[in-house]
Amino acid sequence: MTAPLHEPTAEAAPSPAEEAAVATADAKAVQGRSLGRIAWERLKRDKLALTGGVVVLLLVLVALLAPVITSILGQDPNEYHENLIDPLFGTPTGSLGGISGEHLLGVEPVNGRDIFARILYGARISLLVGFLSAVVAVILGTVLGILAGFFGGWVDSVVSRVMDGLLAFPQLLFIIALVSVMPSDLLGLTGSNVRVFVMILVIGFFGWPYIGRVVRGQTLSLREREYVEAARSLGAGRLYILFKELLPNLVAPIVVYTTMMIPTNILTEAALSFLGVGVKPPTASWGQMLSSAIDYYESDPMYMVVPGLAIFITVLAFNLFGDGVRDALDPKASR
Amino acid sequence: MTTQRTSGRRKQAFAAAAAVAALLTTAACGGGSDDGDNGSKTGAAGFDAANNKVAQADLAKKGGTLKFGAAQDADSWDTTRGYYGMMWNFARYYSRQLVTNKAEPGAAGAEITPDLATETAKVTDDGKTYTYTLRDGITWEDGKPITSKDVKYGIERVWAQDVLSGGPTYLKDVLDPKGEYKGPYKDTSADKLGLKAIETPDDKTIVFKLPVANSDFEEMLALVSASPVRQDKDTKSKYGLKPFSSGPYKFASYSPGKDLKLVRNTEWKQASDPVRKAYPDEITIQFFSDANQLDQRLLSGDLDLDLNQTGMSPQGRTTALKQHKANLDNPVSGYVRYAVFPQSVAPFNNIECRKAVILGADHVSLQTARGGPIAGGDIGTNMLPPSVPGAEGQKYDPYKLAGANKSGNVAEAKAALKACGQPNGFKTTIAVRNNKPVEVATAQSLQASLKKIGITVEIDQYDGSQTAGIIGSPSNVKKKGYGIIIMGWGPDFPSVQGFGLPLWSSKYISESGNNNYALIKDKAIDGLFAQYVTTLDDAGKTKIATEINHKVMEGAYYLPFVFERFINWRSDNLANVYTTDGYSGQYDFVNLGLKNPKK
Repeated sequence: MTAPLHEPTAEAAPSPAEEAAVATADAKAVQGRSLGRIAWERLKRDKLALTGGVVVLLLVLVALLAPVITSILGQDPNEYHENLIDPLFGTPTGSLGGISGEHLLGVEPVNGRDIFARILYGARISLLVGFLSAVVAVILGTVLGILAGFFGGWVDSVVSRVMDGLLAFPQLLFIIALVSVMPSDLLGLTGSNVRVFVMILVIGFFGWPYIGRVVRGQTLSLREREYVEAARSLGAGRLYILFKELLPNLVAPIVVYTTMMIPTNILTEAALSFLGVGVKPPTASWGQMLSSAIDYYESDPMYMVVPGLAIFITVLAFNLFGDGVRDALDPKASR
Repeated sequence: MTTQRTSGRRKQAFAAAAAVAALLTTAACGGGSDDGDNGSKTGAAGFDAANNKVAQADLAKKGGTLKFGAAQDADSWDTTRGYYGMMWNFARYYSRQLVTNKAEPGAAGAEITPDLATETAKVTDDGKTYTYTLRDGITWEDGKPITSKDVKYGIERVWAQDVLSGGPTYLKDVLDPKGEYKGPYKDTSADKLGLKAIETPDDKTIVFKLPVANSDFEEMLALVSASPVRQDKDTKSKYGLKPFSSGPYKFASYSPGKDLKLVRNTEWKQASDPVRKAYPDEITIQFFSDANQLDQRLLSGDLDLDLNQTGMSPQGRTTALKQHKANLDNPVSGYVRYAVFPQSVAPFNNIECRKAVILGADHVSLQTARGGPIAGGDIGTNMLPPSVPGAEGQKYDPYKLAGANKSGNVAEAKAALKACGQPNGFKTTIAVRNNKPVEVATAQSLQASLKKIGITVEIDQYDGSQTAGIIGSPSNVKKKGYGIIIMGWGPDFPSVQGFGLPLWSSKYISESGNNNYALIKDKAIDGLFAQYVTTLDDAGKTKIATEINHKVMEGAYYLPFVFERFINWRSDNLANVYTTDGYSGQYDFVNLGLKNPKK
């Protein structure tokens, strides 16, 4: 690795005004600043991460309000508008994939369903699977990682080997196989809900080792720290040490990995839907839209561009935000 | 290559220049578009110029290489084992039969004409004995004459289903309904010609003795599964890799899924063959894994036609229709695309519920999902494809699917639901092949329109390569609750028997590979089929075919989507092109010629 010896930047040489601001902040810090507060101060200064965060927030809002927004626009994601389709070619009659005041992003070829409405409803699926599978992974990964790191010995061996095994497992193929043998009714769920449920569980299950390894490593180093020794010598129980001493110090890496994991999960969901093992029609999903757009990439390119952009923007926003959060929470970060 | 010594960088520059030049040429090609119906500057015959008529017959010259492309290889090139229509069509290049389809456009192409035989059958004994005499001068690719024993042996191979599975078994079912003969590989007689129903009194005469008459028997003999095979050249299950030729071309090389090349069979004599013109010197097939890639090669003129003859993919089709319309034909394929209602799944045991689905569906939407009126076909109104004698096309429309109810009739559908005892609708599942995007699109269309009458539908996309075990198993269909199955069917030979017997006869219901998905057990229909096979005059056969179709439609077992049409490509260089009903609207491969053999 080569690094510039010293590169004076604007941040390294703050202007007097900024210095003053920092000074006042430092003055307050004497009264005590929480880790979260420090991170927030740092995050606020990272414009890219903020933009990412705002986009993520917007996406969540839009996904939650999808039924409201579409009903205001008078659109339904599953309604057919064949009058907008050229029967000869199966493509929308209007220009740019049938974009109009009524259909903001055009309509799908063949059946004329409103693309904007389907993108909004697709966001629900993407975010739902992305978030919930990350939650599953975080819970499993944290619990098992912390146990492995804290207890060591055979617990550590077993958990570590399981993690190695899972990381080497061809998860995409496994999910495809699993989904195709799933019954259509499961625990009172039917149709697309079964698929969503299975995707959340399986993506989450295969995701936990990534968090588990980090948590385990962190725990290994933390448990030898003086403050833990101190707690132990004062007679603190194992549970107390686990939850009151170790866990708070693990929050930073866990948050970082969660924000990084969500976009990966969204991509996995898109890939599964693309391959036809995601949600069932007519439920809208971005991956499934992309897959059916393949047949029209020349005659109706907009149909491919729109869901592609949706996935791109979402993943990019999450990644920018995640990067920002990591920089903000890492005390050794350069800024 | 002559520029062996040029440096890598310069080679790249050359390659780039060549690529740019190629792009410019294609662009120029695209620019020179025209949609004239009376031929074009490029020499193409015009839109639909070869549909049911011969295009540019006088421009065909001897010689050259006829280049096929295909996204799908044949199931087998063994004449006994192939079941794809395009394989039957192509097999005429290297195999001959006693009788075959006329090499003529349209409906005439479905008529029977003598091939190895001097004339069509002499039928005696109330339609139970068929006698043929073989022509002079008919030879194998090694020059030995084709004898009646070779024909018999070739037909006997149909009995060896344990080794040679896959092909049609009509001959076996008709000549040996009890299954007494065990096939040539288990034959204990010295000459392996133990099948009693076929007699070969001498090398030139062959006599078929049917236990029960069947009025379509000669149609069955016109299938390539009745081709002669020589015993000493029979490589059993490997025969499909290099069949021994009796036709004008023989196998030069074949790598499955990659390419195939036929060259002239020098022992074949034009004088002995009234059907085949054998214009080109060589015939090649190049296989592609991607249909879009194939379409691009067709559009660029590298290839002459698509072996599969199942229409272009949406992408290539749009380009072709916009820029090269003169190179396209839009034939009726002979397929009916439909949804069928298994009676084993409630509430489809009730005819009124079946009617509700038929009436509630939006038929224009289904047609659009199939590709629209040109690439998909006309709205299907009954179950007999227009190419089958006795079919009435859209004139017979008992549910007004192409008329008043074409966008769905909610009121009538709801009335039917009430009569069925399900006034609020019900829940059911559509089974659809996952490898057919168009079928999935029709399933979604059906789902959308049925929702309006309160029928909630879930779509189950199953592995399309496992059709026989999934929807072909009545017990599995019942277990999975498949109330609606989406499928398509084309005739093996153009008759109501060749189309409908496996679909509608109670005798054809089986536990695996079932095609009577609706589980029709109608004594009237069974009776009509029994009557059909013993009726020898064409007018009588046609009348019964119409009646069977009516009975099927009255039972409301099927919701027909379209009488399918294709958009097929023919290159500028093809001559003597025509579609034939004998091969479900495909071009008749065997007599295609090239205008410019050197191209």
